[in-house]
Amino acid sequence: MTTRTTNKQRDVLGVSALRPDGIAKTQGTFSFSSDYTADNMLWGATLRSPHPYARIISIDISAAIKIDGVETILVSGDVPGKLTYGLIASDQPVFASDYVRYMGEPIAAVAADHPETCRRALDAIVVHYEVMAPLTSIEDALNPNTPSIHPDGNVFRHQRILHGDANATGDIIVEGEYEIGMQDQAFLGLEAALAYPDSDGAGVELVVATQWLHEDQNQIADCLAMPKEKVRLQLGGVGGAFGAREDISLQVHTCLLALRTGRPVKMQYTREESFFGHVHRHPGVIALKHHVTNEGRIVKIEGTMKLDGGAYASTSSAVLINGVTHIQGPYKCANAVFDGYAVRTNNPPCGAMRGFGVVQACFAHEGQMDKIAKAVGKSPVEVRLLNAMEKGDTLITGQAVESVAPVARCIRETDALPMPEPLSHGSEIMEFPGGSGRTSELHNIKRGIGWGVSIKNLMYSEGFDDSAEARCTLADGVATIKFATAEVGQGFVVLAQQIARTVLGVDVVVLDRIDTEIGSAGSTSASRQTWMSGGAVDGACRLVRERLFEHVAHTHGLDPLQLVIEDTDIVDTMGPLRVSVSEASKGVKIVQTFLHQHRKTEELDENGQGNCHVAFAFVAHRAVVDVDVELGLVKVVQIATAQDVGRSLNPLALLGQIEGGIAQGLGLAVMEEIIVQNGIVKNPSFTDYLLPTALDAPDVLFIPIEEPDPQAPLGAKGVGEPPCISVTPAIVAAIRDATGVDLKRTPVRPQDICL
Amino acid sequence: MSTSPEMYSLRVNGTEQHVKDAWIGESLLYVLRERLGFMGAKGACEQGECGSCTVLINNDAVCSCLVMAASAIDTDITTVEGLATTETPNDIQQAFVTEGAVQCGFCTPGLIVAVHHLLETNSSPSEIEVKEALSGNICRCTGYGRIFSAVQLVISQREKSVS
Amino acid sequence: MSIFSPRSLPEALEIANNHPTARLLAGGTDTMVEINFRHYEPTDIISLRHVRELQTFEQTGEVYRVGSAIPYREFENGSYAHISQALSEAARTVGSPQIRAAGTIGGNLGTCSPAGDTLPVLSALDAQIELASVNGTRVLSIHDFMLGVKRNARASNEIITAINFSKIDGYQGYAKVGVRNAMVISIASACLVHDPKNQRVAIALGAVGPTIIRCRESEAWLSDNTDLSTNSPISADITNEFARRVSAEARPITDHRSTAEYRKHAVGVLAQRLLKRAMQ
Repeated sequence: MTTRTTNKQRDVLGVSALRPDGIAKTQGTFSFSSDYTADNMLWGATLRSPHPYARIISIDISAAIKIDGVETILVSGDVPGKLTYGLIASDQPVFASDYVRYMGEPIAAVAADHPETCRRALDAIVVHYEVMAPLTSIEDALNPNTPSIHPDGNVFRHQRILHGDANATGDIIVEGEYEIGMQDQAFLGLEAALAYPDSDGAGVELVVATQWLHEDQNQIADCLAMPKEKVRLQLGGVGGAFGAREDISLQVHTCLLALRTGRPVKMQYTREESFFGHVHRHPGVIALKHHVTNEGRIVKIEGTMKLDGGAYASTSSAVLINGVTHIQGPYKCANAVFDGYAVRTNNPPCGAMRGFGVVQACFAHEGQMDKIAKAVGKSPVEVRLLNAMEKGDTLITGQAVESVAPVARCIRETDALPMPEPLSHGSEIMEFPGGSGRTSELHNIKRGIGWGVSIKNLMYSEGFDDSAEARCTLADGVATIKFATAEVGQGFVVLAQQIARTVLGVDVVVLDRIDTEIGSAGSTSASRQTWMSGGAVDGACRLVRERLFEHVAHTHGLDPLQLVIEDTDIVDTMGPLRVSVSEASKGVKIVQTFLHQHRKTEELDENGQGNCHVAFAFVAHRAVVDVDVELGLVKVVQIATAQDVGRSLNPLALLGQIEGGIAQGLGLAVMEEIIVQNGIVKNPSFTDYLLPTALDAPDVLFIPIEEPDPQAPLGAKGVGEPPCISVTPAIVAAIRDATGVDLKRTPVRPQDICL
Repeated sequence: MSTSPEMYSLRVNGTEQHVKDAWIGESLLYVLRERLGFMGAKGACEQGECGSCTVLINNDAVCSCLVMAASAIDTDITTVEGLATTETPNDIQQAFVTEGAVQCGFCTPGLIVAVHHLLETNSSPSEIEVKEALSGNICRCTGYGRIFSAVQLVISQREKSVS
Repeated sequence: MSIFSPRSLPEALEIANNHPTARLLAGGTDTMVEINFRHYEPTDIISLRHVRELQTFEQTGEVYRVGSAIPYREFENGSYAHISQALSEAARTVGSPQIRAAGTIGGNLGTCSPAGDTLPVLSALDAQIELASVNGTRVLSIHDFMLGVKRNARASNEIITAINFSKIDGYQGYAKVGVRNAMVISIASACLVHDPKNQRVAIALGAVGPTIIRCRESEAWLSDNTDLSTNSPISADITNEFARRVSAEARPITDHRSTAEYRKHAVGVLAQRLLKRAMQ
């Protein structure tokens, strides 16, 4: 027995517990995937196509292989298993052999003693191409007369949504066209992996930065023609992901090189290569027509969404579904006729990025909301409140919103946040549009305010069999948690510890290595890990607690149902017993594994009807910008936001997600775009692909809306994606407000404002 | 005068480090990481546009990816590993963790060096001076808010300890 | 393949003379990007890091002599921030603080990019560039030094040793357009220098032509139409016309960073704003 201990705040759920990997990350001792090295290690590098579309006539490696220090060079013919891979459709070659379909497509891989030797070998490989005219426009891809650039055709998916009365009309029609540029995830930790071949050559171990170890394992094993268990993956430290690590990049190449040479092989992309090595956010065009009443209520939406998926399928079909099923925004809408298309072109492949199709949809529907407001003489806030979705409303897919849906509350609480001070003569020029360029003076600057509100599905959709597994071991007062959840920076590692402390009353929680030695946790994407892996850790800890209660109850002759955890003690609710968890677990070892699954979803039918999503989260953003109208330069001053989070499990980590997501949405609004001309990427570097700096970061005011979701295992909704979705349209709306210019596309370029 | 690029030595965190069999084009970042085992400096852009590889040379914060390693002979190079011991993180490192300035952490060592350099040269920078001093260090995860908080915490803690 | 680390200028010049294909390395902020991106394969390198003579600063009467290996930071807010306001403003816009601590003014000249931030300033100040070799030193006007896109008049055995320019009593300022508030390559820039004693205004443009453009015609028009002996405010008609003329002298291209049309527009706006700053 122990007496009750201190009042010291324990790092349980709801507390701003600190990351267990934090200090190591500040010291440079945390191992990212690029930090791994091995004795006798070789370097690997990839030969990539300079053309967006060409037929490969021949590949000659004879000169390259003779270079001193070069160990091996692999081409498509050296792939022992499946020649293609892909998350949804396996349509992407491990190495191109007949055609290259985008600039940067891999053709060969080399292993050598030094990165520079690798680069020289790549230079020495001679590839003869028959260069072909690339297919680069969405309209051409949709034209049935355009020759297919891939055996699977030029359209990844068409999905129609037909809901309610197709002939319904309102009093007013509001039309708009919107265009979204191609954004890059631009994680800082470049793609990197280290593969160790088994001594017998029958298996391989891969340390890699990824979002989903088990999906990588499946795809790699297929390409290597190995049983899954012979391909063992360990998560190397992940320097950000944001969707870009959901697809395979260098995984298969690294394993192949290691198996061929019998030596450990490390591959690591350069920044330039990284722009070609992973998928991007889909660029697209959206046409929307809203039928509204004179009052401003939405009666029907019509329109089309066309997304450019680039050369290979990746997740285009799922991105499209997310786009079309969120096109109504967080607003009531009874009738819809909407068509979505995701097409194949010779542009860079596009796939997952934070927000996943909803970013594109939101940019369009929020542009429309402001147009509706103007048409009916209401404010942006009024028209959004008038239409705000509520729990129980039916979506245009026919699915009812069963999640908590505090849309109006998000808008009102955002609206109540204070506005920033106006610029004055005392303001720092570095805070003006143009910053250190000293372009602008006070009288050149106009301030604008804009709104964006969004709905985002949480977790995977359309019947995907989604689950996450976790294991909890309790021994001598120490809990050890094992999972395959990719920690990419979001902080699942601290959340897992908080859950274990809360459920089990332990203080010491050890996290086991993240690898494929346990079942899949699914992907760290779709705002799903707090719900899914959090649910799995919670479930495993609860099972352990049950066993522990049984053990204690047995020892003391009690009913285990009488026992509860109070701080770090087990307490008998019906009697005097109070024993610390560490004491009660002395000499015992309890191991429990739990598989968390969410409720089943359905595929959409041909009219886009079906309960395809699991749950939803909502958010509102208000942006304040300063614009130098004459030069078209923008400084985002402040973002106010209230977000539906269910329950705040770690306020500090939550705030980090909010602020970080806002910065990425800001990037898409005013500076971030991969510029592709005729299939050629023009700016694959950080000199020309611009990310927000410390001087571009706005002040962020944030209110969490905590209405626990009874469906969610911890009451908490995923919070990763919503912050970056409606902030982009809010900023663009604020620029429209400041300038009066009807901006149709994002990112907004200076010339879009002033010319 | 003429240094063979294959063999030279660098003074890193106060200790002479010998570099052998090097290629002339190797950056200081590459040599620190791949030849000398100082993994604290991270590479993310190879062109001085992200700051992840920030180190001190003669107490100036510079991008190690833009320093030709063999040209850095006879300088004092300090990496993040040289700012504090593993056992006792310094106040900046501690503040980054307590203020939530670390997410994926890839930019963090470079930022730690940049903040250290800023506060060595200006112990009470204004908010805007902090932002400008850190404008060469890209962070993709945090949106910078928690980083600013961490710097402010260090400034106020140091002011308190002085008074 | 060798890297030379000379300890004196004579030694450096000797090496440069004996190794005409060697690359001069100062801050490294341009050369290393070329190497890292494989746009340049290094053979022989002459590192100027330890050549003290290149770090010196002298003032003789009204003339400054600036050592070529002085980093941007010293002009931004360091020891030499006082010598030229425009140079200080331009230096502050170069890359990041890390780049400004390493990159040098001589390196900016050596690379001679049309977007080089200090170059419009040196052009507007009519700087004189000192080039030394084993055969002696020659001095070249900045206008004769810059020849085209990343091309200059330095001979392969020469080292840029110093930059000379005169103190100016009137306003001088630099402005640069980029789409982020820091660490951005210029998509258009301008430097304007008002020299009331000589009753003239000089304006030079960056990133809107193959090299820095000095707007001689606009300058001449302005001095013909305005009293430039003081800084009294001038009419909007004059500033507008000046802007129009400066814009007309720009010869920008369209690339992935911006469009020719926008760049032309932007330099006009910058010219107008800088002129107003000068005349108030």
